[in-house]
Amino acid sequence: MEQIPVTHYLVLSTVLFCLGVLGFFIRRNMIALLMSVELILNSVNINFVVFNRFLYPENMEGVFFILFIITIAAAEVSVGLAITINLYRKFKSIDIEETDQLKY
Amino acid sequence: MKPEIVIFYIVSSFIVGLAFLTVFSRRIFRAAVFLLFCLLGIAAIYFMLDADFLAALQIVIYVGGIVVLVIFSIFLTHQSGEKMPRAKIRRWIPAVLLSLISMFAILLVVFTSGFKRSEQVWQVLSVKEIGHQLFDFTNHGYVFPFEIASILLLSALIGCIVIAIQIRKSN
Repeated sequence: MEQIPVTHYLVLSTVLFCLGVLGFFIRRNMIALLMSVELILNSVNINFVVFNRFLYPENMEGVFFILFIITIAAAEVSVGLAITINLYRKFKSIDIEETDQLKY
Repeated sequence: MKPEIVIFYIVSSFIVGLAFLTVFSRRIFRAAVFLLFCLLGIAAIYFMLDADFLAALQIVIYVGGIVVLVIFSIFLTHQSGEKMPRAKIRRWIPAVLLSLISMFAILLVVFTSGFKRSEQVWQVLSVKEIGHQLFDFTNHGYVFPFEIASILLLSALIGCIVIAIQIRKSN
């Protein structure tokens, strides 16, 4: 992996990030929104690994950042899905255009 | 042309194609499966970058935990099967513009700032080293974020149960 310049990895992670952002704004289904957030977090993880390996190989800080990002992403997705399931029970739909009322 | 270079470009086009399909697919179940393979492709990138521990973590937690949870919640909200409606044009156009402009802005920064590779060699990640630094009190140890992450996971667990529980009245 020494012949591939660092910028090619960063192009991959940028494209993933922008696809995640696009999906987050376009999608109407709430579960699809959470999947787009996962794409964003994974693109950031690729960035951390690339910078840690190619620019600062004597440290391990990037690895720990990724560890905690994965942990927090798991917690966040599970809470988001619990909220989605609860919302489905009230509105019988998880389309964000249709679930547009607060509680009272 | 070494095989690693060719494999990197093949895997990254695989990842980008699957992410594109995840974002634009109209059936939610297919989008979840595309996301699963996209995350597997990202784990392949970690393997190629000599970060074996991270690749294993990615497969176990992201693919084997989070995407499975998403698929279960798709079943619980009775979504699989129908085609989802498209978003309105009023929502598409600013989103596409925003995404494209931000992508070009980030790529401009990426290509104009010179990232100089370091000459030192990256040792393949050893779990022993990660463990030593994770539980270290001194010397840039990570024991405090570790404890906070465990509290966060506990509170997320309890919160999910409380939010999603259905209390049946016993008559």
